[in-house]
Amino acid sequence: MTIGISRSSSTGPAGEPTGKGAQIRLESITKDFGLAHPAVDNVTLTIEPGEFMTFLGPSGSGKTTTLNLIAGFESLTSGTIRLDSQDVSTLPAHKRNLGMVFQNYALFPHMTVAGNIAYPLRERRVPKPEIERRVAEVLELVQLQGRDKHYPSQLSGGQQQRVALARAIVFNPRALLLDEPLGALDRNLRAALQLEIRRIHREVGTTLVFVTHDQEEAMNLSDRIALFHDGRIEQVGSPENLYAEPETLFTARFLGDSTVFALGDQPVTGPVTWEDERWAVDSGTVAQRARSGGPTALVVRPESVGIVRDRAQVPSGANSVRARVRDIEYMGAYRTLLLAVGQEGITGRARIPAADKNYALGDEVVAWWHPDAQRIVAA
Amino acid sequence: MTTLVEPSIEVPAPAKPSLLARWRNRRSADPTPVWLTVVGTFVALYLVLPTLIVIPMSFSEATTFVFPPRGHSLWLYRNFFTNDRWLDSLRNSFIVAACAASIATIVGTSAALGLHQLRGRRSARFMQSALMFPILVPSIVIATAVYISFLRWHLVGTLAGYVLAHAALATPFVLATVTSALGTFDPTYLRASASLGASPWRSFLTVTLPLISRGVATGAVLAFVTSFDEVVIALFIRSPRFQTLPVQMYNSVVVEIDPTIAASSSLIVVTVSLIFLVALLVNSRRTSRPGSANNRRSVVRRTR
Ligand SMILES: Nc1ncnc2c1ncn2[C@@H]1O[C@H](COP(=O)(O)OP(=O)(O)O)[C@@H](O)[C@H]1O
Ligand SMILES: [Mg+2]
Repeated sequence: MTIGISRSSSTGPAGEPTGKGAQIRLESITKDFGLAHPAVDNVTLTIEPGEFMTFLGPSGSGKTTTLNLIAGFESLTSGTIRLDSQDVSTLPAHKRNLGMVFQNYALFPHMTVAGNIAYPLRERRVPKPEIERRVAEVLELVQLQGRDKHYPSQLSGGQQQRVALARAIVFNPRALLLDEPLGALDRNLRAALQLEIRRIHREVGTTLVFVTHDQEEAMNLSDRIALFHDGRIEQVGSPENLYAEPETLFTARFLGDSTVFALGDQPVTGPVTWEDERWAVDSGTVAQRARSGGPTALVVRPESVGIVRDRAQVPSGANSVRARVRDIEYMGAYRTLLLAVGQEGITGRARIPAADKNYALGDEVVAWWHPDAQRIVAA
Repeated sequence: MTTLVEPSIEVPAPAKPSLLARWRNRRSADPTPVWLTVVGTFVALYLVLPTLIVIPMSFSEATTFVFPPRGHSLWLYRNFFTNDRWLDSLRNSFIVAACAASIATIVGTSAALGLHQLRGRRSARFMQSALMFPILVPSIVIATAVYISFLRWHLVGTLAGYVLAHAALATPFVLATVTSALGTFDPTYLRASASLGASPWRSFLTVTLPLISRGVATGAVLAFVTSFDEVVIALFIRSPRFQTLPVQMYNSVVVEIDPTIAASSSLIVVTVSLIFLVALLVNSRRTSRPGSANNRRSVVRRTR
């Protein structure tokens, strides 16, 4: 993606230094709507200046509410929110200086593209010539030159969201908050706008909080992901960290596919048993939260699983289990075998080369993996 | 192409179609039934004719009411525009209607906004019904109540008295039109404006008000007409020094048997028609402009 940006990377859309955006600190924040459990339940998180932080989680897990608390659209039940150590917990939304992008764009229909983008500058009484200059600059940043006189209803969904993005960054906010901004767009547009958002984040360098329920989107974009579950943060970390080193079964299941063997309450310091199998455990693969007792599970990613016809072919030192081929999915670059594993027939997944056509439905096979490729998580 | 629209042309060689058949052929593929046109015309005439009858009568030479009008002259109009009693009452009516409509528009719009915030709650529904009361209660009851209280407060026959009474009567119309305009207003706009640095008051001025302006304007026009046209309360609280046009018209018929009322009525009919025609023209121009309410609605639908 080539773009002609006229200014140096050290200046923002206004030509002034952008710095790196604000640090956002959530200190034990809770929001209780009076439902069965709080929408946001004692969440503590620090978002570093300039960081691309994604709130990921299933629908209803409290992502939007947390974002709205940061934006100031909802009041806290308890806790503190700080922007660069300034306590903004009770500061009204219009004084927080945070840019916000909504899933339904929320462009003002009675204003042109230029009018929409100029809005935050007019509210700040920026002189007219400077408004014109900054609007032109930011239109270039989102690649919508020449659309300034259009009304939002004359633009496509993707273009409208670019205008919303331009409007949210033109006043150099302390951070940019985006609530499922690509949710209403089709797949191709989503991919294009993901690239766009990443590029804009790089160029503007602001702190960015991005809400999505799409794990692929989160993995593609983020510096760090905060995984939400029932109003709490399940785990925070880089995409690699969350994918490779999940602490809990919820995290393992939410990011990527895996085969899950429930281990019950048995100790996981030595070899573990599942049905009549006995498997070696690499202590480096046991999650912190699985060490403290309580139920655990062993999870394996499909790309770590190998398939052979019988036990004799399993490499030495590998863990293995009997399985039956239940279905085969052709994915283009590879094939996924859907397996009925063990006596119980739990669902398993293994990835095999696309050219490998040796397996048919109903085949009895043996699945194997190395102990250092498995992970034991809290269940 | 034409054969598609007029399928009966394809019927093989009707030697000489009857007049009726040819008339039918000229009509579109999905014609309005004839009976509907007839009924519609009758209803329209029934609604409009009594009003329009005053126009020929206003050009009559006669000094009493006669129909059909006799001769043609402009003396009734001369009478209207030279008689202080008519002109004063016209001016009074304008002042009262303008003040009452202003108050009703501000109060009705505020009430609609407030109730919109509380929507869904039982108290809000109760308040909404209570504010509609002046429309539901018979005007003679309201007039009596107003008269009794205004006697005590020394408001009978005063400009303030007329304005207050008419404003109360007109507020429900504004409340209704603004409430309906708010029904299509997406509250996310206000979060957007807040995030962009606009205080609630600035958000109202720059976002809410422009987007509900049509409801507010419609309500204001209805409020103005309600007051301009109000006769029952006005009869109760009139004084020799201050009366409105409807009261003067009533007097001219009942007390003075003065046909000038035909001229004043015609003037009102023409003025009101012109106002509505202008409003209609402005509206139709607006709908063809991008960003107008129609497009707005389609955007909202698409984004939900
Ligand atoms: N304004 C509200 N009033 C009552 N409950 C709400 C409100 N907003 C959200 N909730 C509830 O809070 C929970 C979290 O919602 P939300 O933050 O929107 O989740 P997410 O964005 O992760 O899908 C849900 O159970 C939702 O029903
Ligand atoms: Mg949400």
